[in-house]
Amino acid sequence: MPDGGIGASSKRREDVRFLTGKGNYTDDINIHGQAYVHFLRSDVAHGRIRRLDTAEAEKMPGVLRIFTAADFEGVGGIPCGWQVTDRHGNPMQEPKHPVLAEGKVRYVGEMIAGVVAETPAQARDAAEAIVVDIEELPAVIDMKEAVKDGAPKVHDELESNLCYDWGFVEENREAVDEAIRNAHHVTTLELVNNRLVANPMEPRVAIGVYDRASDEHTLYTTSQNPHVIRLLMGAFVLGIPEHKLRVISPDVGGGFGSKIFHYAEEAFCTFAAKAVGRPVKWTCSRSEAFISDAQGRDHVTKIELALDEEGHFLAIRTDTYANMGAYLSTFAPSVPTWLHGTLMAGNYKTPLIYVNVKAVFTNTVPVDAYRGAGRPEASFQLERVIDKAAREMGIDPVELRRRNFITEFPYATPVAVEYDTGDYNATMDKLLEMADVAGFEKRLEESRKRGKLRGLGINCYIEACGIAPSSLVGQLGARAGLYESATVRVNATGGLVIMTGSHSHGQGHETAFPQVVADMIGIDPSMVEVVHGDTANTPMGMGTYGSRSLAVGGSAIVRATEKIIAKAKKIAAHLLEASEADIELKDGQFTVAGTDKSVAWGDVTLAAYVPHNYPLEDLEPGLEETAFYDPSNFTYPAGAYACEVEVDPDTGKVEIVSFCAADDFGNVVNPMIVDGQVHGGLGQGIGQALLEHAVYDENGQLLTGSFMDYAMPRASDVPFYKVDHSCQTPCTHNPLGVKGCGEAGAIGSPPAVVNAVVDALQRAGHDVTHIDMPLTPSRVWAAMQQG
Amino acid sequence: MTKVSMTVNGKAVSGEVEGRTLLVDFLRQGLGLTGTHVGCDTSQCGACVVHVDGKAVKSCTMFALEAEGAHVTTIEGMANPDGSLSTLQQAFQDHHGLQCGFCTPGMIMSAAALLAENPRPSEAEIREYLEGNLCRCTGYHNIVKAIMAASGQDVSSIAAE
Amino acid sequence: MYNFEIERPGTIEEAVAALAAEEAQALGGGQTLIPTLKARLAAPAKLVSLSGIAELKGLRREGDRLVIGSGTTHAEVAREAAEAYPALAALAGGIGDPAVRNRGTIGGSLANNDPSACYPAAVLASGATVITSTREIAADDFFQGMFTTALDDGEIITSVSFPVPQAASYQKFEQPASRFALVGVFVAKFADGVRVAVTGASEDGVFRWSEAEAALSEDFSADAISGLSVSPEGMIGDLHGTPEYRAHLVKVLTGRAVAAA
Repeated sequence: MPDGGIGASSKRREDVRFLTGKGNYTDDINIHGQAYVHFLRSDVAHGRIRRLDTAEAEKMPGVLRIFTAADFEGVGGIPCGWQVTDRHGNPMQEPKHPVLAEGKVRYVGEMIAGVVAETPAQARDAAEAIVVDIEELPAVIDMKEAVKDGAPKVHDELESNLCYDWGFVEENREAVDEAIRNAHHVTTLELVNNRLVANPMEPRVAIGVYDRASDEHTLYTTSQNPHVIRLLMGAFVLGIPEHKLRVISPDVGGGFGSKIFHYAEEAFCTFAAKAVGRPVKWTCSRSEAFISDAQGRDHVTKIELALDEEGHFLAIRTDTYANMGAYLSTFAPSVPTWLHGTLMAGNYKTPLIYVNVKAVFTNTVPVDAYRGAGRPEASFQLERVIDKAAREMGIDPVELRRRNFITEFPYATPVAVEYDTGDYNATMDKLLEMADVAGFEKRLEESRKRGKLRGLGINCYIEACGIAPSSLVGQLGARAGLYESATVRVNATGGLVIMTGSHSHGQGHETAFPQVVADMIGIDPSMVEVVHGDTANTPMGMGTYGSRSLAVGGSAIVRATEKIIAKAKKIAAHLLEASEADIELKDGQFTVAGTDKSVAWGDVTLAAYVPHNYPLEDLEPGLEETAFYDPSNFTYPAGAYACEVEVDPDTGKVEIVSFCAADDFGNVVNPMIVDGQVHGGLGQGIGQALLEHAVYDENGQLLTGSFMDYAMPRASDVPFYKVDHSCQTPCTHNPLGVKGCGEAGAIGSPPAVVNAVVDALQRAGHDVTHIDMPLTPSRVWAAMQQG
Repeated sequence: MTKVSMTVNGKAVSGEVEGRTLLVDFLRQGLGLTGTHVGCDTSQCGACVVHVDGKAVKSCTMFALEAEGAHVTTIEGMANPDGSLSTLQQAFQDHHGLQCGFCTPGMIMSAAALLAENPRPSEAEIREYLEGNLCRCTGYHNIVKAIMAASGQDVSSIAAE
Repeated sequence: MYNFEIERPGTIEEAVAALAAEEAQALGGGQTLIPTLKARLAAPAKLVSLSGIAELKGLRREGDRLVIGSGTTHAEVAREAAEAYPALAALAGGIGDPAVRNRGTIGGSLANNDPSACYPAAVLASGATVITSTREIAADDFFQGMFTTALDDGEIITSVSFPVPQAASYQKFEQPASRFALVGVFVAKFADGVRVAVTGASEDGVFRWSEAEAALSEDFSADAISGLSVSPEGMIGDLHGTPEYRAHLVKVLTGRAVAAA
């Protein structure tokens, strides 16, 4: 075994360029002759464009051309990648999402015009000179108001603001109602899953380039999935075939979901580059990102949990309003449905579950997947209602959970998914030890002496990731397959290149993927290079989101490498004059079993490309293989989290004093990277629980439109975390036995924080059963005043 | 346009700038030093931190003309003279103190300024000093750990790798 | 940003002359002004940078007073006032973040008079004197409501003269996003009485809490204010805190400041 194979905490090779300022992010790229675009965006949430006059602006210095909706006639709308069918069997309402506003504006930030000029400042100056007269219409912001009869309509051509009314599993509806009616105890909780802004530190950038000679378009963009952008933009918006459209996503500074989606700015730059005859670059400012990046979460939910005398779960009924914003972003309809409803069983045996989701259009920025996407919303409501039920019934919250744990696998939930493996008692046992739960009372006393309230919150989570089996998601409305691809190219001198459809924007693929391949062949990982992020030199891929890169992309790499090894063994057999069946590969040597006859990896690869002594009649020269891997099921990472807080009774300020995470990710390729992924998820989950909130006023103005008002977690807001992934029940259906780790921290942590704060307040005698996130000092203090 | 001259990473440079040209724009566009990043427009994220005359400043909140005659150090000037990673940079790699890398240049510049002022900072002092540097990937755990390690402190007891 | 010229005078007189031009504006450390310009919320034709004027920089003792040049950065005050006026140094060391403190200046902060800024609380609680290019202005006269001061057009703050109190403390409760003061209270105890100034809380900007001053002048202990209450009327209400919450914090932080002084 060489150093640095599967299981090694190899240092990341990509770090060297990032640490020395040599990263190559999209905004670092400048194309000769490029012009710059500035977008005129709506400053009202809902209105009819009465007049749009660009004449004066066009005369401004440096202006090359100003585009409005009229220039995009014949161009398609920004497509939605998922069609949800409602409770009654009807397709969701799907309004057109134009590149530039057509007749109406529907949220603050919607693009009305794009000014292309010689410099960014000239483009902005001219954008300000455009005369736009908008008749302001009443805005719909609150979801429950939006679906009332007579509410102003975001889209005039639709019947209402209801995108869909989804029931899952619809056949269970009456049985669930009856179980809840007849139950010994029903715990009810109404809550809000607060709207968030993903805020990767790198704002979005797009550069459109058009080559007159070849009629080829190139788009540089900050995307998590360049192939998906190529497909959506090429086929649905601009009508450019894939072979004439190249999409490049170089180093990308974080995504967290917000860079999955196809955005209008990408289509604009690609279109304008040809129209103007110059490369067109757009660099988003942070303020612009707040009103143009798809936002996350924003659910309003009522959940009911029915229990018997012993605390066994009998049924769950949950009703959610899910905000879509003004238009359907790429994955938006799937988030509150298939990524949410299917996880409502959590880690528990609940025989009857019914999930209702009403997706609603409002005059706000589109809402789509953000780290966890649907699963944090499921986990939060379930783990909060269980905690509340435990208190109401006088059962220890951990004991109540254990009493209902699923313990036998595979387990088919009543919400259509089948968990392959898991051991929820093991992660809970591990957690209780890590968090020293036994010592809590002593710490509580110590906090009291300092005048602080202390609380402990514990919860579980499960997620479905490794997205996703194509045939299944096709039945559920996905308009794409969710396989992943890899080409493994072996060079004559033995080095390898992995060309993957996955995209790394912080996850460390350049380090982890070579560990897998090097381990399989028995060579040093430094012999393996990863190429990603360019549709011209990678096979069709679906990109990186939903904790899928290793489980799906890694599996494709394994399959391609298996093909490589199989062919290499044939070549080795020829060179060794032995039977192929007798050839073994170990530590980079092909050996004839039971003999000392062997040939090195490098000799075999050389033979593949210099086929002088080679079975040419049976085997093609060369050593390059491609595999597409389509998973047969989701993967189901799960775990148990514990948060301990201190609350200042005078100010309501919450301090996280410890946070422990015991996760089961199945097998782990690079433990250091996995720990880092969990840390990052925890940071975002704690941010959601304590700090972050995208808030609109009644007119649809975003009140938290910059870091001055949108509270991002800082170093001083979080503790050192304790994380563990030693409980491993490997996934049974992918070749690596891996489950995915990217989203877990963000899914499992918000309920732990809220459970802990509620615990602290209750221990101090406050009659508080829930506080909506974010638990700002002001909100916690107000809760303490009320009860 | 006005001429501005300064020393950047030990080299004398000059260029023509407008009054409104920010130091970060002069570095990125004028000099091609794209390691310094822009992550916000309200002076909070710290991706743009550089050293001006030895002090950490946000280069997005300083005009290029204000740096006339100054000694500026950017992330491109932080490696050892032989090109190898400095102790601080190496600690970030060793302890996985970066993921997407976008905030990293600013983090390194702020951390270097901290260590110059306070060669053995406590965990709390590090967290406090990073008030103006946002990271969205790491949850800060490994950044704080890397800075402690770079200052020669034993970090082996800090949970997780 | 809209474009403008930058002029960098070397003396106060040159700066005053430059500021006489149409649409000219002074540039201190720029930590507030530059973000404002980026948002195109201001359109000066000329910025007169004060950073090249040596006489505006540094701290000095004048008898029992501490005089701080208006161009002195927060970092310099945090470092160099630590002995003479520790509460003021601590306040300066808590403004923004280290990089902001290396550029932002006391004069810039006071001239802007952001209702959530820290320095106005120190100046008002200390009963300091704001010295400008033309006159001396008592702190009680200087602050005139949110973003409003007694400064005339073209008038530059040159220094601030602080009487050093016997005991003082500044307690800041941060707004979670901006880390400006959601509420900040500066308590300063002098031989002839106690002054309490509150920032961040009021719609009228920094103010003195006179009831607390009276009570604390009698008995400088946290208990002395336990019977007082602050009215939420006129307090700022926003998504970070209701007027009631801010009013409550004024009292909590005053008590803490007294205890810490």
